[in-house]
Amino acid sequence: MQKFYSEILQIAGDVITVEAENVSYKELAEIKTRTGISLAQVIRLEDKKVYLQVFAGSRGVSTNDKVRFLKKPMQVSCSENLLGRIFDGNGSPRDGGPALTDNMFDVGGPSVNPAKRIVPKNMIRTGIPMIDVFNSLVESQKLPIFSIAGEPYNQLLARIAMQAEVDMIILGGMGLKHDDYLFFRDTLEEHGALSRSVLFIHTASDPTVECLLVPDMCLAVAEKFALEGKKVLVLLTDMTNFSDSLKEIAITMEQIPSNRGYPGDLYSQLASRYEKAVDFEDAGSITVLAVTTMPGDDVTHPVPDNTGYITEGQFYLRGGRIEPFGSLSRLKQQVNGDTRSDHRAIMDRMIQLFADYRESIEKKSMGFQMSAWDEKLLKYGKRFENELMSLAVNIPLEEALDLGWKILSDIFDPTETGMKESLIAEYWPKK
Amino acid sequence: MKADLRKGKVVGVNGNMVAVEFEDNVMQNEVAYINVGDEKLKAEVIRVKGKRTDLQVFEDTVGIKVGDIAEFTGELLSVELGPGLLGKVYDGLQNPLNRLAEKYGFFLKRGAYLDALEEGEEWEFTPTVKIGDKLFAGEKVGTVPEKIFEHRIMVPFKLQGQWEIVEISPKGKYTVDKVVAKIKNEEGRTSDVTMLQKWPVKVPIEAYSKKLKPVDPLVTKIRIIDTLVPVAIGGTFCTPGPFGAGKTVLQHLLSRHAEVDIVIVAACGERAGEVVEILEEFPELIDPKTGKSLMERTIIICNTSSMPVAARESSVYTGATLAEYYRQMGLNVFLLADSTSRWAQAMREMSGRLEEIPGEEAFPAYLESRIASFYERAGLVKLRDGSKGSLTIGGAVSPAGGNFEEPVTQATLKVVGAFHGLSRDRANARKYPSIDPLDSWSKYTSFIESDKVANAVAILRKSQSVGQMMKVVGEEGISNEEFVEFLKGEFFDAVYLQQNAFDKIDEATTSDRQKYMFAIMDEIIEKKFKFTSKDIARRFFQELRQSFITFNTLEFDSDEFKKRESEIRKKLSDA
Repeated sequence: MQKFYSEILQIAGDVITVEAENVSYKELAEIKTRTGISLAQVIRLEDKKVYLQVFAGSRGVSTNDKVRFLKKPMQVSCSENLLGRIFDGNGSPRDGGPALTDNMFDVGGPSVNPAKRIVPKNMIRTGIPMIDVFNSLVESQKLPIFSIAGEPYNQLLARIAMQAEVDMIILGGMGLKHDDYLFFRDTLEEHGALSRSVLFIHTASDPTVECLLVPDMCLAVAEKFALEGKKVLVLLTDMTNFSDSLKEIAITMEQIPSNRGYPGDLYSQLASRYEKAVDFEDAGSITVLAVTTMPGDDVTHPVPDNTGYITEGQFYLRGGRIEPFGSLSRLKQQVNGDTRSDHRAIMDRMIQLFADYRESIEKKSMGFQMSAWDEKLLKYGKRFENELMSLAVNIPLEEALDLGWKILSDIFDPTETGMKESLIAEYWPKK
Repeated sequence: MKADLRKGKVVGVNGNMVAVEFEDNVMQNEVAYINVGDEKLKAEVIRVKGKRTDLQVFEDTVGIKVGDIAEFTGELLSVELGPGLLGKVYDGLQNPLNRLAEKYGFFLKRGAYLDALEEGEEWEFTPTVKIGDKLFAGEKVGTVPEKIFEHRIMVPFKLQGQWEIVEISPKGKYTVDKVVAKIKNEEGRTSDVTMLQKWPVKVPIEAYSKKLKPVDPLVTKIRIIDTLVPVAIGGTFCTPGPFGAGKTVLQHLLSRHAEVDIVIVAACGERAGEVVEILEEFPELIDPKTGKSLMERTIIICNTSSMPVAARESSVYTGATLAEYYRQMGLNVFLLADSTSRWAQAMREMSGRLEEIPGEEAFPAYLESRIASFYERAGLVKLRDGSKGSLTIGGAVSPAGGNFEEPVTQATLKVVGAFHGLSRDRANARKYPSIDPLDSWSKYTSFIESDKVANAVAILRKSQSVGQMMKVVGEEGISNEEFVEFLKGEFFDAVYLQQNAFDKIDEATTSDRQKYMFAIMDEIIEKKFKFTSKDIARRFFQELRQSFITFNTLEFDSDEFKKRESEIRKKLSDA
């Protein structure tokens, strides 16, 4: 009964066009070329013409190759068997293990009814003061790390993943360098976390189209496990590569680009992935940590810019440290009121003083006379950078808050800090 | 009715745009349904070319095939208006999200639509007219109590000319679809009045006698807004800002504290989590004016970023239509749209699929006129019974890269009455609300004397320029007097313009308290201080700021407040 179509009308980029009937939008197809069999997905219907994006790329596709429609959309298997396994973008094993076909379900399912969402209330402790104190990470948050290429963003991602208390880790690699892929795999293995992880890896040498599938695969699996009550952490690196793949396909399809060549629906495309982060009532949760590299350290580049409007904050990684300015966790207010009564005040005031420190540094570098106040700020800033900002620091939140008070009291008078008097009475270290 | 639905066949699918070949005729902007298996997907006609029409589908288009059947309804995209809207949460097409959740669980099932007003719910109707009375569209025939308001049941807005009451139901309980009055016009045509009427969302409701100029200030309880860049009742304003500048927190504060009767929040293409916060908070928060839960005066339209794009556009119109409906009842309504940029992007996506010639940054050429006509739906109106109603619209704008030169911000600035520009620098320095006090503007007047406000702005400007100067010549390069002016500006900014959104008292300042506090600020700004050195001056203002930050968190006119005030006054007179 299976019908083959063997007349390919057009090949442009990774998109091929065939004439076929009774094909539905987003359906999968199989194309047999001389190099092997590849999956493809319908991305446009126009009368009898069917446009397919070929996962393995169009190189080597001949006009008389055979196309067969599979009568189903993109699917992924989901069961305990996934744990500890590594797949590529279209769900084929990458670790030499068997292919999984049990319990298949569609990826890219419908969005969660906002009325069924709940306000997240659990803090995820990371042991990094720049996160725990100043921008607390919250279960079900979606948060990107903005950084330029070359920063240790994958290391930071791995460290948070290892220290966070979650049931499952799902790693989605997009355009990942092969050694970064090995780094993640080895780190997970060393910490004994591989057995509760699933990896979907697209490396830089794999076909572009497969990159597009990675987030959907990861999030579909995460959703299934979260519904079963698991706390899932999804790591996506790097979403800029994902966006560039979107751009490539959009241009191939002759869509009118909106900004620097990116398609007009970039925001919606990114949002539909990030918004999968959720805390289900009476079930599990999905927390999404992603990496967005900023070409030219430019936050107004369309990818970081659109991302910032979607996610619940962002961490800027610069010079190997999480930058206090611009870094933001929008959900921190949900949790930092219940930690310790001084948490919010320390958070606000220390950053404000650090901003003043930066101004003093600027003045100093221009050769101006330093006032007594400037001198204090300079001292403060140095200690803040070394004792709190450095990623080498690994201390629990409470210790970090105490350290904050200690730094303040070593340098300033209580009134200079601008803290509420009641807090000073309670926390100012007695000498 | 169902039998003679006009039909068509799908001939193409491209994202959420579906091309359909039709047999008889179609109407621009009419609603159609596409049958996919046993699901019916709602769509709207947006272009007709020969015997083909392009539909924008309000759902995911996965699985649509060439040859699938489309049915045209002959109706424009409409919303249901009647008692029972308050306190509800709807999606952009007015589907009640809570009832969808009860029925379908965690996920939004494709093709599932429910009536906006609950079927079978009864309302206590009291007639206010008698047989023989003559009315125009928008005039009331009776009232029902809805939450804390008297909900007017009106002659349908679509009826033209004068109508005479021929039948009116007695006081009693009725469902929304029951006929409560029969009316007749001069030509003898009769029409039924029910508590429910439908209205197309993209057409403004204009059943009032005239539109007036907005003058009275709307008290938002945000000091920087009320004092420096006020909003008028019935006016418009926009809040552009880069991400992370606090747009949404600001909009939430406005929706909670603004002194209006009804608030409609249109969350358009933004984060779902933010809507959830409103959903959890509002029922718990008590409106000081009415003593009831805030949810009783609120309607939420929520089409978050992962929900279908096409419904994003309709969500702002749905919000505006519900707002206009309550304005017809002589109420002050406040519509907050977050964010209009997402709505503009939805237009851009569709325009791209239609292969229209793009304008700047690929936005369609009609962007400006669409934005203008949306904000024009705001206004203070005189109703036919002489009472007044108003609709104030505030739109958040999310400019790409935080750059206000982009098309959506620019098109918006042309039509609004106030501009609250959020600044990334202020947000980075944790100065909230991060409205830039010098770049922002308002065409409306504040409840605080304008020459005093001008004085305060002058000191801010001076302070900023001294600050700039110090960066070049250093602290030693400026006089003590200039340094004090610098400190005055910084002080005014820190304790008056900035407000702590997480403090119960400081988050909202009543107009009385603002007037009182501003008078103190004015004294300090006017006062001639004599400091012998810059360090002493800095010290003085640091301490003064310290006192004020606590002062701001004390209840107005309480003993503690008075005590703190006298301490501050003493400190000032000693200086």
